Amino acid sequence: MSAPGQPAPAGATEIGTASPAAVGARGDDGRTATQERLALLKRSKSFIVGAIIVGFWALCAIFGELVVPKDPLASDPINDLIAPSADNWLGTDKLGRDVFARVIVGARDILIVAPLATILATVVGTALGLVTGYFRGTVDDVLSRIIEAFLALPVIIMGLLVAVALGPSKITLILTIGILFAPIISRTVRAAVLTERELEYVSAARLRNERTPYILFGEILPNVMGPIIVEFTVRLGYAIFTAAGLSFLGFGIPPPAPDWGLQVSEHYGLISGGFWWPVLFPSLAIATLVVGVNLIADGVASAFER
Amino acid sequence: MIFFAAQVLPGDVARRILGPFADQASVDALSRRLGTDRSLFAQYWDWISSFVTGDLGESIRNRPVSDVLGNAIVASGKLALLAFLIVVPLAIVGGVVAAMNEGSFRDRLISVGGLSATAIPEFVWAVFFILIFALGLGLFPTTAQPPGGAGIFTQLEYLLLPALCLVCVLFGYIARMARAGTIEALEADYTRTAILKGMPRRTVIGRHVLRNSLLPTIAVVATQAGYLIGGLVIIEVIFNYQGLGQALFRAATGKDIPVLQSGVLLIGIVYLVATLIADMLYSVLNPRVRLGAAE
Repeated sequence: MSAPGQPAPAGATEIGTASPAAVGARGDDGRTATQERLALLKRSKSFIVGAIIVGFWALCAIFGELVVPKDPLASDPINDLIAPSADNWLGTDKLGRDVFARVIVGARDILIVAPLATILATVVGTALGLVTGYFRGTVDDVLSRIIEAFLALPVIIMGLLVAVALGPSKITLILTIGILFAPIISRTVRAAVLTERELEYVSAARLRNERTPYILFGEILPNVMGPIIVEFTVRLGYAIFTAAGLSFLGFGIPPPAPDWGLQVSEHYGLISGGFWWPVLFPSLAIATLVVGVNLIADGVASAFER
Repeated sequence: MIFFAAQVLPGDVARRILGPFADQASVDALSRRLGTDRSLFAQYWDWISSFVTGDLGESIRNRPVSDVLGNAIVASGKLALLAFLIVVPLAIVGGVVAAMNEGSFRDRLISVGGLSATAIPEFVWAVFFILIFALGLGLFPTTAQPPGGAGIFTQLEYLLLPALCLVCVLFGYIARMARAGTIEALEADYTRTAILKGMPRRTVIGRHVLRNSLLPTIAVVATQAGYLIGGLVIIEVIFNYQGLGQALFRAATGKDIPVLQSGVLLIGIVYLVATLIADMLYSVLNPRVRLGAAE
């Protein structure tokens, strides 16, 4: 069935048959499986390259302000739109702010918003997916209809509506992306749970009269972690994509924050006048970050889906 | 199938559209409208204006929404059509080539490269393309809005760069589906049978593999219609193109709620129709589904 949703089947059946008392089942089996996956990850070229790129931006996000030679927010109207030079490595923008400093420090906003939004989406989506996949029937029907309604409109359009209704802010951005991505994740989790719930360890738990929340979160959840982690890394890329897009439209992080999407949107009108540096460098930053996250996702997917 | 889609989606769309702004009564009203008659813009405008002027009091334009959106839809339609005409054949060929060389460098290049291209936001592609093709090489204009009364080739020249940005963003998904479908079909029993019968490779690929592998791709192309519209907003803003996306963006920044609501409703309908067409195409191409539905 759901090809990408298949969790490591070996681990699942082992836990099911070997030790039905699943409290201890996460012990040795789980750890070796995890170690195996980590070993696979370390050998994956795309994961390593991606991790280096994303790691670089993460360092910028954390220590950026200490490293950059200029204040990313200090404007200097006399020296606006200076081409890249020894003094301003990547030039200055239309308010005379140093583009290099803004690009480096700009990693922070997106690396706060996107991961938080993705975590929110993953938690909500996983809970929804577990419930809809496990119960089927009416619960599934009702929740699935609501989920379909959420998927009926492009995320950017929804984000635009929410931003108009609530006004742009970092919190709005996180909540919007988080809530809009949750249904997508819940579908993947649901597909994985649908195959999982037919396995023996679930019926065993049911026969032991375990409470339903325990079966869901204690038994099934550990066995669908693979697809959830893959889904998380994939959605992280989309979260950056969406956050950058909304920022570009002016519905993301409000100015004067040195956000990349915002920088592009503030300056793209000047591009035909030959002022390419305040536009190109933030664009390159976004491009490298999403490609980095995507390479990680690719590595994680091939390590977890076998 | 049509009945099912018409029953499920419009109600949901209405709730989604009005959700942030409206109370339950207005949601019901819009749902009823959608359920009974296919929405006409003039009527919708009458209804929405009487609602909006009451508690918001700021219907910014005196022009009917149908006028504002009418031209925009045609403009966006051109851009979207051009993007689709480029991306669909390209992505299918890319996906099939990747699948036939599964695991090779070419496969990795198409798969990872395609997905990375997809992950890069539209406006970033727009910046790169404008810098390289419009400013660097001087081949294309930096805006997408052709001068009034321009011929079809001039229009194409103006639309090519924005369309290419959309192509980059859409390529990955479609290519990935085409690849997955082709790999599955290549491994299927009927393909092996055909090869063992001694059929030439070309015939096997054309007759047996592609017909089966492209089915899931069609479904994906339809769902991409939704993403495409999201992308249109950004692309039309950066290329200053007077389409639906730009209209929505203006409405959103100017809090022109009637235009915004109608525009979003329209997008919901376009999305619904696209899904519907994909379903029908799918059943035409796949005899199994056709039989199943007739039961």
